Order: sequence, then structure tokens, then C-alpha cells
Amino acid sequence: MEKTKDTSEQVVLQGNEACTKGALYAGCRFFAGYPITPSTEIIEMMSGEMQKAGGAFIQMEDEIGSACAIIGARWGGSKAMTATSGPGYTLMQEAIGFAAVTETPIVIVNVQRGGPSTGQPTLSSQQDIYQARYGSHGDYGIIVLAPSSVQEMYDFTVRAFELAEQFRTPVILLADEVVGHMREKITIHKGVQSFQKPKQKYSVSPSVDFFKGNHTTVEGQLHDELGRRIGHLADRSGEFIEQITRKIDDHVDMIADISTYCMEDADVAIVAYGSVARPSLNAVKKARGIKDDRILPKFRMVTDLFRRGVTETIKTDYSHLKVGLVKINTVWPFPEKLLRQATEHVQMVIVPEMNVGKYCREVERVLSDKKVIPMPKCGGNIHTPKELLDEILEEVGVDE
Amino acid sequence: MNKLYQKYIKTESLPTLFCPGCGNGIVQYAAIEAFDKLGIADDVACVSGIGCSSWIPCYFELDVIHTMHGRAIAFAEGLKLAQPKKKIMVFTGDGDCLAIGGNHLLHAAARNIDLTVVMVNNYIYGMTGGQKSPTTPMGSKTKTSPFGCYDEPLNGCKLVMALGASHVARWTTAHPVQLAKAIEDGLEHKGFSFIEVLSQCPVQAGKNVYGEKDPAKIMEGYKECTYRYREGEPPVEGKIPIGTFRKDETATEYLERVEARLASEGIRK
Repeated sequence: MEKTKDTSEQVVLQGNEACTKGALYAGCRFFAGYPITPSTEIIEMMSGEMQKAGGAFIQMEDEIGSACAIIGARWGGSKAMTATSGPGYTLMQEAIGFAAVTETPIVIVNVQRGGPSTGQPTLSSQQDIYQARYGSHGDYGIIVLAPSSVQEMYDFTVRAFELAEQFRTPVILLADEVVGHMREKITIHKGVQSFQKPKQKYSVSPSVDFFKGNHTTVEGQLHDELGRRIGHLADRSGEFIEQITRKIDDHVDMIADISTYCMEDADVAIVAYGSVARPSLNAVKKARGIKDDRILPKFRMVTDLFRRGVTETIKTDYSHLKVGLVKINTVWPFPEKLLRQATEHVQMVIVPEMNVGKYCREVERVLSDKKVIPMPKCGGNIHTPKELLDEILEEVGVDE
Repeated sequence: MNKLYQKYIKTESLPTLFCPGCGNGIVQYAAIEAFDKLGIADDVACVSGIGCSSWIPCYFELDVIHTMHGRAIAFAEGLKLAQPKKKIMVFTGDGDCLAIGGNHLLHAAARNIDLTVVMVNNYIYGMTGGQKSPTTPMGSKTKTSPFGCYDEPLNGCKLVMALGASHVARWTTAHPVQLAKAIEDGLEHKGFSFIEVLSQCPVQAGKNVYGEKDPAKIMEGYKECTYRYREGEPPVEGKIPIGTFRKDETATEYLERVEARLASEGIRK
């Protein structure tokens, strides 16, 4: 990896643009993609930036081809990425399984939109939370990051490349339309990040790039360390599956990342990921009487949510609610230990998500000793802080 | 063991999973002869899909990706773009290439990207046990055409020629010398090279599709049912043309086109 001078600068970017910038900084030099709302800005920006950076760009005939091309490119020695949304992400599932089984480090961005099928091309959702983990057939381990701001679109993209290379696995950046399309001031770095090859080897499959004289066999069937098929041998195949799942599951501590706000004395925790963590944070600040510096004075009472013309004035008094936020940054593998630690003193947990309440099941499983309240919201609008606080108010009232 | 075979085959991976009488071994050896003659084995990587013929490169002492069903060409394009100076060979079958992988074939041929695609055509889905493929002749009874096949078979060579592939040839397993030469031409050629090989599957297609189950006789049949294509000469009715259908060295290759475009915009030198 070439080492260049690392200087940072502040810029206003859209989430999808920040993702592109992050990829370039991480050393991504191959992009294959197919336009799809709401991820299209990534392929648009990549078509220029990738060529300027001396990499390669190709607009493929479909998302299947895009996912396959980046795997091919990675074996050619280029760090590679693609970006898509709902239907395109579904088309990529077989290739994601192929990357998992051949332990190919690639990054796939899913800027989620509402589904199923064509669904809601222009509205946001978090409906792919399980597809991101279990989308391809068969059993495998995978890493999924969920950014909730433009800065995180940048930072998590960089992190995705690091994790992919370290654990030799596909990494999914599970964004959504809200973070993909919003604009914020963020800090980015110039040049290319220096990357140290991991000392420890986590992969089972052959891992030497092509044209290095190694004669690497990359095999989609279950295989041994030489790439020879073992799919017909039950015992060895079982071992292989265990190895490619455990290389992720056994290293959760190295991967897992959460952020907490006001959790020190909290009675109630909001557990959120992705863009829903934003109104969740706002709700915590509102209840705690913390002023948000980012909001101009005249808008202070209106909350920072201007989602599609919906503004709301919060008049209810929530000041007696001791609410905290646990924002999950690495949604898969599930950060069990960190979540347990963060919510140790909390009696009640509320899980808002823009789907029918999927990730909440995982939270319920881990926090089985607490009252876990799902707060699903489908349709494309993100939760408002008022909705979150009213829900908490109601639930606290029930307890009393 | 044959010396060339010993040099280029991963002996620890043997035996191959090909059935007795299969044509894949002939195609495998023709490819070995081609990259040995050119002396470019270090600069060749192979990509294949799913199906019997896609196992051909898995025994090569080379860098190989054995990919997903139908997607070999898409993987190969990514690999080629990451390593523009290297030669990328694709091994695929009639179903892999023309059915499930048809879309990638169309676009790769239209791009005229520098790949050498060897499509082994046995007229059948062999690995799954003998179902009709896009090239199964009309009337052939297979496991999924019990009353005789009624789909018009696809002609891969004609298809890619219509799209702009710059090197197109067809041979059979009964023409191993010409086949090796065609693969050699394909590797040397800068542009999309498509080589179709009619190859026997005595086990799954045999009597029902070729009307013959003896592999040697099927191969004899290939000599009888084909005629040598020469430009300007009239086609022979009822026979399959074999030979080089196109070798256009003037057509611009995809990566050359990309570089030229970037240079004209001042992005690259």
C-alpha cells in the first residue's frame, strides 16, 4: 500500500458522496455497478473519480455482474467495491455467498429503500437488516456496518475495507436513503490510507492474489486450503462451514462497535442503528434538556427533523425521563457483550426501526431479562423524536 | 503421464470428475498446448462457471477462479480490468454461457473486451443429469423434453458475431489440433475471442441427442456432420460449419477504447 501524506479537510458532502470519498481513501481502485435509486450518486461519482485515481470503473449489465466483477478484480489485486439498493442487493446475494465461501475481501454498499420488490425507490427503510446477514443461501459469517451520518458514511466505508482485508470476508455497508442523501459537514482525509497487512491469518481458503506465481485456486464449492473441492465429504465440509462462521463470531470483540449517549444514569435505553439513531439521539437530548448546537436558534424548538416538510413542535414535558441511547455501529456480528454492558442498569429498552421490527428480536434474545419494546415503522418516514418520547412516556406510565 | 500434462496439471487434484468418454479432456489438453506453445502460462489466469466443462481449468497449475453458474465472464471482466496486461481465459458450457450467462456474454462481446472464451457445447445439461440446454437440437428427447425438444437452438457463434466479437471460431473434439490452434489464436488476439467446441457427452446426451452413445463414434460423427467454413464459399446444407468465422485485428478492444477516451479527455496520458 502506497503511503502518502495524510492531511484532513472539512467539506460539505452528501452521504453517498462521502461513501465514495471514503472508498478512495481506503485504497479502493475498482468499482463495478449498475444505477439504482437511492444509491446512484455513488456510481455516478465513481465513474469519474475511479478513473482519475488511476483505477478502473465499469458499468455492468446488471447487479449480478457488478458483484461478480468486483470479486474478479479483487483477485486481480485491486481493492473493489459496488453500491446498490433493494432489488439490486437481492440480485447480488449469490455472489455475496461466493465471496464468503472463497473468503474474498470486497465491500458492498446497500443504500436501503423500501421493499419488497420494486417497493419504494425513493423512500428510506431498514428492511434489509436480515438480508444483510442471512441473504445468501447456506451458512457463513459476514460483517455489516450501519452508518447514521454523513461522517459515518465516510468513516465506516474506510473501516469496511479494513475489516474486509483483515478477516478476508465481504463487508456490507448497510446505509439507507436518509443517510445516503443528506448533506453534512464532515472531515475527510487526502491521499490514501496506509494499511498494514494483518499479522494473523483468519482465512481457510487460498489467499494469494493472482499472478504472483502461487497458482491460487478460488473455488466456490466447499474446499480445502489448496482450493480443492471437499463438498462431497460431509465431515470436512462441516468443519469448513464452522471455520468460515467462527472466524467472524469468535472475533466479535475485534469487530463490534457501539456508541452510547447519556447511558451512565439512564433508566430507559433507545437501541437504534442507521439513520433512526438520529431522531433517537435528538429524543435523548430533548428529554435531558441538552441543547443541540447544530440547530439554528429559531429552529431550536422545532427539532432538527425537517423530513419531507413534516415539522413538529414538542410541548410535552419529558424532563423526568432518564433516557439514554445505544447506537449500534456494527449491526452484524451482533455486539452482544457491548450491548449487555451498556444496558446493565437499564430496566427498559425501546428498539425503533424502519421495518416490521426485525432487529428487535435479536435485542430481545440478548436482553431477555429486560422489558424490550419494539417500535417498528414502515412506509418510508423515519421516526420523530416526539414519537419516540411519547412511546417511552406511555410505556413508563404502564410500569408505574 | 504425458509431459505437458504433468507440467500444467495439478496432479494432487486428480482424478478429474469427468465421465469416461467425455470430451473435456481433449479441450483441456488443447488449452495446455496453446499456452505452452505461446510460453505465456505465467501470464494466464482462468475463470469458469458451473457445469462439467467449467471444471476443465480447476486442474490447471495456474491461477483459477471456479465461479458461479453463468457468471464466469462477469468475473473475468473484473479480473481483466484489474490486470489489463494479463490474458484471461474463460471456460464455460452451452447452458452456462448461453442460458443463465447470456446477458454477460452479450455485453462482453459487444464491448469486445480482451477475453478468450472457450464454450464447450455438448447440447445438454450434463452435470444435473441430462436436461435440455439452449443448444439441444429440435426433436431431441431429454429429461426435460420428453416429447422431443421444441425450442429453436441458439447459435453462440452467430450471436457473438452479430454483437461485435472480433475473433470467432468453432471446432469439435474430433479436431484437437485445429482446436489448440484456435485457442492459441484466441490468446494472441486482442479483443473478444469466442471459441465454440462441439464436445461429446456420451453419458447424458448419447443416444437421445446424438443418436450414438459410443464416444469414438460420436466424434466420427462430428467429422461427418460438419464442413470447413471458408469465406465466400456457399454453406453446405444440413451441415454445421467449423473453422474460423472471424478474425478482425482492426476492431478496437474495450480497454484500448477506455484509454483512448480518457486520454482525449486529458485524464490519462
